[in-house]
Amino acid sequence: MIEIVVPQLAESLVSATIDKWLKQPGDWVDIYEPICEILTDKVNAELPSTVSGTLMKILVGNGETVPVGTPIAIMEVEGEAADTGTVASGGTANTTSATAHVGAALSTSAGTAISDADAPMRGRFSPAVQQLATEHNLRLSEVPGTGLGGRITRKDVLAFVASGAAGKSSGASQATQVSSASMDPKAQVRSSGIHLSESPRLPKIEVEGSNAPSRGETFIDVTPIRSTIARNMRQSVSEIPHAWTMIEVDVTNLVLLRNKLKDEFMKREGVNLTYLAFLLKAVVNAIKDFPIMNSVWAVDKIIVKRDINISLAVGTEDSVMTPVIKNADHKNVAGLAKEIEELARKTREGKLTLSDMHGGTFTVNNTGSFGSILSYPIINYPQAAILTFESIVKRPVVINDMIAVRSMANLCLSLDHRILDGVICGRFLQRVKENLESFTTDSKLY
Amino acid sequence: MAVIEYIDAIRLAMKEEMERDEDVFVLGEDVGLKGGVFTTTKGLMEQFGEMRALDTPLAESAIAGVAIGAAMYGMKPIAEMQYSDFMFPATNQIISEAAKIRYRSNNDWSCPLVIRAPIGGGIFGGLYHSQCPESVFFGTPGLKIVAPYRAYDAKGLLKAAVRDPDPVLFFEHKKCYKLVTGEVPDTDYIVPIGEANVLREGDDITVISYSLPLHFIEQAAAELEGEGISTHILDLRTIQPLDKEAVLEAVRKTGKVLIVHEDNKTGGVGAEVSAIISEELLFELDAPIMRLCGPDVPAMPINPPGEKFFMLNKDKVKEAMRNLALY
Repeated sequence: MIEIVVPQLAESLVSATIDKWLKQPGDWVDIYEPICEILTDKVNAELPSTVSGTLMKILVGNGETVPVGTPIAIMEVEGEAADTGTVASGGTANTTSATAHVGAALSTSAGTAISDADAPMRGRFSPAVQQLATEHNLRLSEVPGTGLGGRITRKDVLAFVASGAAGKSSGASQATQVSSASMDPKAQVRSSGIHLSESPRLPKIEVEGSNAPSRGETFIDVTPIRSTIARNMRQSVSEIPHAWTMIEVDVTNLVLLRNKLKDEFMKREGVNLTYLAFLLKAVVNAIKDFPIMNSVWAVDKIIVKRDINISLAVGTEDSVMTPVIKNADHKNVAGLAKEIEELARKTREGKLTLSDMHGGTFTVNNTGSFGSILSYPIINYPQAAILTFESIVKRPVVINDMIAVRSMANLCLSLDHRILDGVICGRFLQRVKENLESFTTDSKLY
Repeated sequence: MAVIEYIDAIRLAMKEEMERDEDVFVLGEDVGLKGGVFTTTKGLMEQFGEMRALDTPLAESAIAGVAIGAAMYGMKPIAEMQYSDFMFPATNQIISEAAKIRYRSNNDWSCPLVIRAPIGGGIFGGLYHSQCPESVFFGTPGLKIVAPYRAYDAKGLLKAAVRDPDPVLFFEHKKCYKLVTGEVPDTDYIVPIGEANVLREGDDITVISYSLPLHFIEQAAAELEGEGISTHILDLRTIQPLDKEAVLEAVRKTGKVLIVHEDNKTGGVGAEVSAIISEELLFELDAPIMRLCGPDVPAMPINPPGEKFFMLNKDKVKEAMRNLALY
């Protein structure tokens, strides 16, 4: 098997686009016979085959752009067995073992010291190591070495100092073996949050090596989902210039409406009629009036999405997911209520599929469900804005110079200030407010 | 901010400086009608006329000599050497004239000249289209030398070079032209000559480099992060005068340093950087100072396997970085 790669067609070119394949898998190709047409900034050309043989597989399709040197097709050369492939994989295997070696070396940084016999570099100290040892009054014989041939590296010393072992080493060196398992494994990591129906699952706790007794600290493995959340949040706050605004809404009539309908709705539909469904309806209708809220920043342009797909932030005990209600503008309040229930159930049961998560264009977070009255949400990257629906609370409100007890709720909006400004967001929130306040006890769900 | 190519950033810097100051003009082989063999000066003749985008004869000593004369008379020439390989006929003008004018005239005269020259290989240019001439000019007092890697720095340093009152050699890597892209503001800004830049923070090893190799170093650093190796990367940006403080600070972070450049090892910029570190930081070193450079052979081979052997790449850089981290 031979790989055909994108050649360097002209100096300073770094990529090329496959315009059209002239041969298909299974076709016989003579040497120098064109197999495809390629486009570049400088030239358009037919790409000749470098061998005679059968085209086995096309790796890069029509219209795709790839860097110079990328394999684009696999050819089987006449009368050749497939054993030449192993040459390439040998190199890869080498790299992998080296990788594993590094990983091992670094992960033992707090591990055991290597004995002098198989550590010829154990007793050779770099100037940096000697200086640090003097500074911290260390006996280097107690410091584990992870460098080449068991050498103690500068980082080993720093890790040793940071682990707190340094203080002890000047006195009783044996004391380093103390109670590394002294922490309480039943200690809860999180106890707040009224939405928590059960106590959180115990985190998997890893205890540092015996050389580093840690006091008052526990380590929690970062789960893949936690890691994804961290990455997305970081990307959002570092790329998107956030701005924030809030509005308060009088939902007294909405409360009356829901109280009137909820039992009947439960009987008929089998799902809860939540305030969130009404809010979503109000938000979706406002987005229809201000489509710029439904957009994405693309550096030289702003992409306004035609479909209104609402990402719904759904919290679980240890993470938050944002499943998507597709084409939310096609649904009425009842349909939204059913969809919310369905997505919340799937999230809790961990049954969300990839397609449930994709395509969101605007995010709504029902922060009121865990008692918040004010929050500063981070935009669900790469969307333009995120809106939170805070707790509904009864408050004295002045209406026509009279004080009344009304059900009030705050709506908070974080916005991408590259796309949106105060005026448009203010208008958008006013529209959401009008929509919510225009529900009356006569409003229809269907 | 738009994401543009390195070559566009250089063109944009020249365009903006020519718009800003009537004394700025470009001269060189094919820079006018053709717009440069790499299209670096494309559109300048159309915008500013043939007197400010001047096609010259094939005589680099004349290009440098004319530019020096114009600069002494108060113009701000940007002289292009089509390839830095062709720069050597002008070496006498650059080292013995341009670099010494202020000193020799006791500050009466100056030479606000920029010489742009594409350096480096990787484009199958062979012996005479691939050289890195930094070490020829490096160590000549009176010359400033910059060698940007990011598109942002290419624009900012070229503008700073044009405004500098003394001769500046601007070494642009021809492989970077279309390979390196980045966000470049279309506003007027400069990157000060003489300041290095930290491209990545890390605490296992420090890698110091300039120009194209940083592309491989950044890729390797990203991959090595997966192996648990954290890399601190310093882009020198200006190789004369060297940003000594930044070099020392970067080395202090880790005590382990690798210096990388495409120019050959013996007598290169890395030798000077290494000497500075060993003069100042002996007691903070945790490993021998390491260098990864082009081999000491006369020139880039013309055949592809030879070029591949000669050129640095991600794998070579990654291996050197890993070896240093393991030390």
